[in-house]
Amino acid sequence: MCLAIPSKIVDIQGVVGTIDLEGVTRTINMALLENARVGDYVLVHAGFAISVIDEAEAAQSLDLIRELAEASLAEG
Amino acid sequence: MSYQNLDSFRDPEVAKTLSGLIAESCQSPMRIMEVCGTHTVSIFRNGIRDMLPQDITLVSGPGCPVCVTDQKEIDDFIQLARKKNVILATFGDLMRVPGTQSSLQKQRAQGRKVKVVYSAFDALTLAAQNPKKKIVFCGVGFETTAPTVGACILEAHRQGLKNFFVYSAHKTVPPALDALMSMDTVIDGFMMPGHVSVIIGADAYLPLVEKFAIPCAIAGFEPNDILASILTLVQQKEAGESKLENTYSRAVSPEGNKKAREVMEQVFDKVDASWRGLGVIPGSGLSIREEFERFDASKAFELPPARSAAPKGCICGAILTGKKIPPQCPKYKIECTPTDPLGPCMVSSEGTCAAYYRYHGAITKVY
Ligand code: SF4
Repeated sequence: MCLAIPSKIVDIQGVVGTIDLEGVTRTINMALLENARVGDYVLVHAGFAISVIDEAEAAQSLDLIRELAEASLAEG
Repeated sequence: MSYQNLDSFRDPEVAKTLSGLIAESCQSPMRIMEVCGTHTVSIFRNGIRDMLPQDITLVSGPGCPVCVTDQKEIDDFIQLARKKNVILATFGDLMRVPGTQSSLQKQRAQGRKVKVVYSAFDALTLAAQNPKKKIVFCGVGFETTAPTVGACILEAHRQGLKNFFVYSAHKTVPPALDALMSMDTVIDGFMMPGHVSVIIGADAYLPLVEKFAIPCAIAGFEPNDILASILTLVQQKEAGESKLENTYSRAVSPEGNKKAREVMEQVFDKVDASWRGLGVIPGSGLSIREEFERFDASKAFELPPARSAAPKGCICGAILTGKKIPPQCPKYKIECTPTDPLGPCMVSSEGTCAAYYRYHGAITKVY
């Protein structure tokens, strides 16, 4: 039921959004999301956008993982 | 176009590093419950078990909404499908779940109008297109789904639709985890469901962490998300800590999706709910509030009282509480298969038994 893969918003008209997921476009309902903009990546569940992916947070998690990896290399 | 950072969350080199760190950190046996059915499937699909030390056991929890739907609720859906003039709209996963005497699929084969929809919104569209029919939507799901159904009820209210109904069998996750911890289960850490957390927010688990002093981590669905969450759980346990770590912060904020939560609160009341295999859990269900009761199928239609218990011989209860794994069920693969399921855990694509059936050959680890 849940698309775990973020989809890119390509259009918003009122509560109707259009997403692009790997080349396939689909309309979704935006009623449950505040402040989403065209170009954002969103998670979609049962036809509704439920969350905007926070790029800064994504980058931070990756940095954290990289730091862990480097620390373990330095130790090993 | 795809999300550019995704590759890193799937990078096998990163996975190797994470699994090495987990092996290094893990000094004692640990049982981690992945609460969400989508995690169960992702763990199998990505071969996560093979990347973990023997000491770590992953058990599945009550996080597949179809699997925890009570027998009475399934029977009610079947009764609703048999009502005159009704079109029953449902998510596909419910179709083959065996009720006491039938299933929605069998009802459809017998000519009842049962329609598989992808979204509750599709059911609303059906109602607008078929003014002479009564459209009943089977509301099954956790906090991720409930707001989408709530939004449809609000829209039906706005449009003044008189032929749209919802049977709300929605359930909420935190009370179930609380109940689970109060049972005789051995769980050393929780991998929290990513998309339920998107809605309720990370902070919603803080009372649980505090009450039971249990390590918790919110996880995304890519292999490195899952491994990163396991790493923090192991590190917490070894350090004697119990915290809530959010390893899915790109999608989950501390307060969650405020708008979705507001919709949920506007439309539903918290009630006690009966979970398959877990029994009645206080405050874990969502019923439609009085203000919107004309959309409530459980009030608009007459439904018989509960008649039966769960299917005989099915040990879904032990599976959903992480006490047993499917190969320990005597019916597994013998009398119970995805084409001829005995319990819902074998039906739903997120069900633990179905996941084991599909991927079990890939498990090399001894339990
Ligand atoms: S294998 Fe079938 S009978 Fe056994 S617990 Fe799973 S769903 Fe129930």
